[in-house]
Amino acid sequence: MAAKKFSVEASHIMMFARAIGDANPVYYDDEHAAGTEPGTIVAPPTFAQASAQFDPDYGLRPKINGAGWFGSGGKASGAKPRQDGGGLHAEQRFIYHRHVKPGDMLSATTKPGDSWRKQGRRSGELAFSETITEYRDQNGELVITAVSVVVRTERPVDQQPSVADQAA
Amino acid sequence: MALKASELNVGDVFGERLVEDLKRTQIVMYAGASGDYNPVHTDEVFTKEAAGYPSVFAHGMLTMGMTGRLLTNTVGDGRLTEYRARFTRQVFPGDTLDAKAVVTGVADGIVELDVSTVNQNGEEVLSGSAKARVD
Repeated sequence: MAAKKFSVEASHIMMFARAIGDANPVYYDDEHAAGTEPGTIVAPPTFAQASAQFDPDYGLRPKINGAGWFGSGGKASGAKPRQDGGGLHAEQRFIYHRHVKPGDMLSATTKPGDSWRKQGRRSGELAFSETITEYRDQNGELVITAVSVVVRTERPVDQQPSVADQAA
Repeated sequence: MALKASELNVGDVFGERLVEDLKRTQIVMYAGASGDYNPVHTDEVFTKEAAGYPSVFAHGMLTMGMTGRLLTNTVGDGRLTEYRARFTRQVFPGDTLDAKAVVTGVADGIVELDVSTVNQNGEEVLSGSAKARVD
């Protein structure tokens, strides 16, 4: 994903912290935050993922007035059912050069990383691919480097055996 | 509440219950906050009938976000320098998750931790590591 203008706002950070069940006041109370080491509200460590909101072409959001969303409406799917298991998020890494705070205007650039294949026990052949996203602030300074690994499976992951997943 | 290197030892363990009986509504909240509206996380009809899964399931990033709470509660606000996670098993509504972080190294003002989150059956759903600044 590539968000050109990811405007970091306190209300968004509060909503994100609520969604991950984190009651730490450093994520919503500016008076409390002023007395903490960062000295300001900061974003939780995985907040950069919300840059999807600011990517105009993000594929996992229904487009306004757009047709073709694949979720259910009158039918179970708005798109032709796929034969493979679709894409799953297999791995995520963040490197923090500093922590994100309200008022930041981030921009993201993405580039492909490695890709590899392996045979899985519960979902057939697995195709892994890495995407590297660099988040820079309004001064061009690198704030977060994110590496995302997505796996495409041959079929949906079998839920039966209670062994640790093979996705790696 | 920042950690001091002098008070940390390899093998020190920190743990926290992340969620009990995960609700679909929390997954919906995460979809709304993150902007990831993939229907496999929120649309039971699509997920069962079209995607072929027994139920909607949580975003891996929701589990990583919840697990991050243990890390920031442990190392302090704004102290993480690196956080990585592998999503080793899907997380479903009704799951209860517990996270554990183990100190694997302390050197040059940086603590290294391994982190693991398991469900109510003891199955690992997230396996990762983190680095953070310590005093």
